[in-house]
Amino acid sequence: MVGAKTEGQQATVAPAIELRGISKAFGPVQANKDISISVQPGTIHGIIGENGAGKSTLMSILYGFYKADEGQIFIHGKETQIPDSQAAIRAGIGMVFQHFKLVENFSVLENVILGVEDGAMLRPSLAKARKSLKALADEYELHVDPEALIENLGVGSQQRVEILKALYREADILILDEPTGVLTPAEADHLFRILNGLRDQGKTIILITHKLREIMEITNTVSVMRRGEMTATVKTKDTNPEELAELMVGRKVLLRVDKVPAQPGEKVLDIKDLHMVDDHGVERLKGINLNVRAGEILGIAGVSGNGQSELMEVLGGYASATGEIRVNGDPIDLTGKYSDGRSRRERGIAHVPEDRQEHGLIMNFPAWQNVAFGYHHSEEYQKNALLMDNKKMVEIAQDKMDRFDVRPPLPGLAAKNFSGGNQQKIVVAREIERNPDLLLVGQPTRGVDIGAIEFIHKQIIGLRDQGKAVLLVSVELEEILSLSDRIAVMFDGHIMGEHLPDQTDERELGLLMAGVTGEGDR
Amino acid sequence: MDKMPKWADIALIPFLNLLIAFVLSGLVIFAIGENPFKALMTMIDGAFGSTYGWGYTLYYTTNFIFTGLAVSIAFKAAMFNIGGEGQAMIGGLGVGIACLFIPAVLMPHWTIALVFAMIAGAIFGAGWALIPAYLQAKRGSHVVITTIMFNFIATALMGYLLIGPLKLKSAQESASASFPDVTNLPTLHEVLAPLGISFSKSAPANVSLFIALAMCVVVYLLMNRSRLGYEIRAFGESPTASVYAGISPTKIIIIAMMLSGAISGLMAINATMGQHERLILNAVEGAGFIGIAVALMGRNHPFGVLLAALLFGFLYQGGSELSLWSKIPRELIVVIQGLVILFTGALDNMVRMPVERMFIAAAKRKDA
Amino acid sequence: MDFLTIIQIADSALRLATPLLFACLAGLFSERAGIFDIGLEGKILASAFMSAAIAFVTGSVWLGLLCGVFASISFSAVHGMASITFRGNQLISGVALNFLASGITVLAAQAWFGQGGRTPPLMGGGRFLPIELPFALGKSDAEAAGVPLRILIEQANPIQQVYSEFISGHTVLVYVALLMVPLSWFVLFRTRFGLRLRAVGENPAAVDTAGVSVIKLRYAAMLIAGILCGLSGVYLATGLGAGFIKEMSAGRGYIALAALIFAKWRPVTALGATFLFGLLEAIANRYQNIDLGGIVIPVQFMQALPYILTVVILAGFVGSSVAPKAGGQPYVKER
Repeated sequence: MVGAKTEGQQATVAPAIELRGISKAFGPVQANKDISISVQPGTIHGIIGENGAGKSTLMSILYGFYKADEGQIFIHGKETQIPDSQAAIRAGIGMVFQHFKLVENFSVLENVILGVEDGAMLRPSLAKARKSLKALADEYELHVDPEALIENLGVGSQQRVEILKALYREADILILDEPTGVLTPAEADHLFRILNGLRDQGKTIILITHKLREIMEITNTVSVMRRGEMTATVKTKDTNPEELAELMVGRKVLLRVDKVPAQPGEKVLDIKDLHMVDDHGVERLKGINLNVRAGEILGIAGVSGNGQSELMEVLGGYASATGEIRVNGDPIDLTGKYSDGRSRRERGIAHVPEDRQEHGLIMNFPAWQNVAFGYHHSEEYQKNALLMDNKKMVEIAQDKMDRFDVRPPLPGLAAKNFSGGNQQKIVVAREIERNPDLLLVGQPTRGVDIGAIEFIHKQIIGLRDQGKAVLLVSVELEEILSLSDRIAVMFDGHIMGEHLPDQTDERELGLLMAGVTGEGDR
Repeated sequence: MDKMPKWADIALIPFLNLLIAFVLSGLVIFAIGENPFKALMTMIDGAFGSTYGWGYTLYYTTNFIFTGLAVSIAFKAAMFNIGGEGQAMIGGLGVGIACLFIPAVLMPHWTIALVFAMIAGAIFGAGWALIPAYLQAKRGSHVVITTIMFNFIATALMGYLLIGPLKLKSAQESASASFPDVTNLPTLHEVLAPLGISFSKSAPANVSLFIALAMCVVVYLLMNRSRLGYEIRAFGESPTASVYAGISPTKIIIIAMMLSGAISGLMAINATMGQHERLILNAVEGAGFIGIAVALMGRNHPFGVLLAALLFGFLYQGGSELSLWSKIPRELIVVIQGLVILFTGALDNMVRMPVERMFIAAAKRKDA
Repeated sequence: MDFLTIIQIADSALRLATPLLFACLAGLFSERAGIFDIGLEGKILASAFMSAAIAFVTGSVWLGLLCGVFASISFSAVHGMASITFRGNQLISGVALNFLASGITVLAAQAWFGQGGRTPPLMGGGRFLPIELPFALGKSDAEAAGVPLRILIEQANPIQQVYSEFISGHTVLVYVALLMVPLSWFVLFRTRFGLRLRAVGENPAAVDTAGVSVIKLRYAAMLIAGILCGLSGVYLATGLGAGFIKEMSAGRGYIALAALIFAKWRPVTALGATFLFGLLEAIANRYQNIDLGGIVIPVQFMQALPYILTVVILAGFVGSSVAPKAGGQPYVKER
């Protein structure tokens, strides 16, 4: 057991990383408060916490991206200043970011040598890197074609390039920030094999995640963060998921949402053989067939990037497609690119988009203008044929914000100044209150705090209970399992299969998400 | 939570930006061997010292209100329209054609001629903005470069027309025939005389000033109270979110640019119809470019544009006087214009960051 | 049109392409590093004025060159400050600098020389003079043969005509510009600096996390752009022309940007694109009014042709995602 080995070392070996009393504030927000941890060499240490708990800030400090306001960093027992990434690299720290830091039109080799070239000329550096990469690939199962352009690689391979970059820089401490967010379960398993291999070679690994399963599966020790503070550090074998979940959110969490059985009615949404090709000529939807009935929630599970976003864009009226979509029996026009959002809304389709900052809100507009966003043509907002009724818009916004408990309840405040959860409440209030026949919901609780999650889930179920159809897209399997009345899994632009939530489990869905079709019965 | 009070954002920072630009302009004057304070006094005297000076100052102000509003509408849609100069030139062509070729029976009074001229100027200006707008919307051709090219093309076109087809044969210079008398707009002298206010007869300020002021109100209502304005602003802030909301980028780009071009074109009722009363080669005199500085300084708000236009009206008239009474050429105004754009537009953060820090520090001290 | 005429037009095109080529390469380095540089125009103008003014005052074109390049670098530095350090709008900064250059050159020229915003004509050592390459027909050959040089070339064989008219007889800056093409290619695609520079224009975060300073790289790009743009202005005032004239850049900075887009941000194609524009200008200069069987194309149309072509090129060839991805975006550290 690896755990036994590290315990034996503890007495004699200095920790690979030790943080003492790290604090960091961004303006009035205290992102990290007096944080201390110590990680033994040759172990995998997990850091778990909700979105916004301060995990990423802490790791950015360790990687020289931000400067801590207070505190010390010790690497292998020696106090080390890390003013920039260069210093972090010198100290042997490598980082694999959640959003890869790769130059897309460069080859793997060029990306690997960037910043650590051996001389002014490229040729010798490339030759040297080609050799080392081969050695690293053999040693750690890190196979990637060194001459391939990044833009032609899949996410799994891109992540391996990031790890290779760190190893080529001779990192012996590797930080991975939410590494499995974009991976299928199979790719995640491959990653964990790599990480295990690295640990066996004596590398120290810090794994940042919000997924309890990963912590339990691979880490030796785990630290829990909540609201900028480190609430606990425990040995993984001495804890369990329930305890960690509680430490994470600060109270007992309901893993299932209370709801009565669905009473499906007529088909509200009926999709037949839907195809969609994006701006780069890539086919994103490859013949989708789906329907959603009144009074039910259809959940679409899948790793992000498998066509869910494109499906929502087509339904929301801002991407063109071919095939057939009927709403309440009437076909809708799929040819108009970019500009059909208004007619979709008039047909009773409301849409809580996946990315509220990019799509759902105008961040610099005050809340009251955002509450009208997309519905600004509707009668209630007009004063006369030419002008809008700004006063009424503010009143309506105030009313919605009060009823949806948006804090602070100030219609004049710009959207960017609300927290993620409150931003999402503004979007949900706007869309649900329209009393739509069909609600499209993408990632309803991404970056939203626990309290708001419950509230938003209740709103969605409430709409269903009023006999409306809901199409839910989420990459969080738990969310899909607890909200949906039926579950469809998307992979590579296809619907891989449909299941009832009480007749399936994460394993079966995980296989479908990886593109593996059912066990012989299909 | 905002980092600083609103007044600091809309008044203090622009003031500081401007101050830096003017101090540097003063240094430029000093560097070429003149006394900046004396130069300033000459400018103030020349611009405000007489109703003659006021007449020119307000004439230029009128030009800059139009071009400033034009640039600001495009800015709101995140378009940088540098083509105001060309659009105003071609707008002038429209105004000129209306004045020269609409039969006298249809234009019994200057008010009617003005309506015709405004329609023609707006259509021509908008038309000149249409191609860059279309290319931006449909082909992704950067509107900054295409509008600059259209300025050059407009100059060539006007040169061709005023040396060729539209040239008054008997005249030496490149200019059209004079417009019919009925199209001549009342000057401020004529407007104010019945009220018992005496105003210089020879100054060019005319009723277009009131059209410009009305245009400020119209643009304010359009941008802040109408659905179109809402869509333009939404698109300018976030094209991706606008698409989600069913706002067509193509439509907004083209409409915003054409509105911008139309308002630039309207400038010609002041310059071409009100002042020159015939088509000449350089009626616009760089006003299209000054619109950029005016819009930036006015924070793209019609009221701010009005104030900034007045300031530049003063600078322009003062600068002309200065070039008469000193060795400082009129190009000084171009230098000031460049510095104002630089400091209010591109180097805004240079002032904003320290001021923000100051307010945060002050707020912390208060908390403590 | 006989062969010699074609050669002569090509010769003139090469001269006219030279300032465009310098400016285009300047834009190339700047945009490859992720900075839009609308201000090429202003830099050319500033450098043209400074080089002509100093060359006139000192009588040394080399001192003029030095000061011209310095003026251009100063403008580059302000643009860098606005777009890198203070993360301002790069387009606005460029436009502002163009106005500044346009005004201040006239102001300074007037204060200095009092000739209505121009420098006095440059003579002798104040200009770059044509270099006669070995074996090319030149003045001395003409004197020896006792006939005018024009006649001598007319009588020469086609290869000698191409060599003497087109290849030989340019100022040193024309050859420097041509040399810059392979040099730029080498620097961008074969050196460590080039790799980093291209990376910073595509994904500055990748460069930053690799421990390389985004800011320094971008300033370096601005410095190179300043030098190259400076040479463009120097050539305009002391090679192509003989002194500074108000607004003598005449939109070349913008045309260079269009050529850059046409060239898909590559040095060798940049040579082709700028030569095309040079050719257009050369034809417009040579044939004031072109008579196409009864339809006379007015001179104004010929003058506007480079600008029209720029629009056509922008309309037809942009859209593919070849532009550096991070172009125009100030780099803000974020995660």
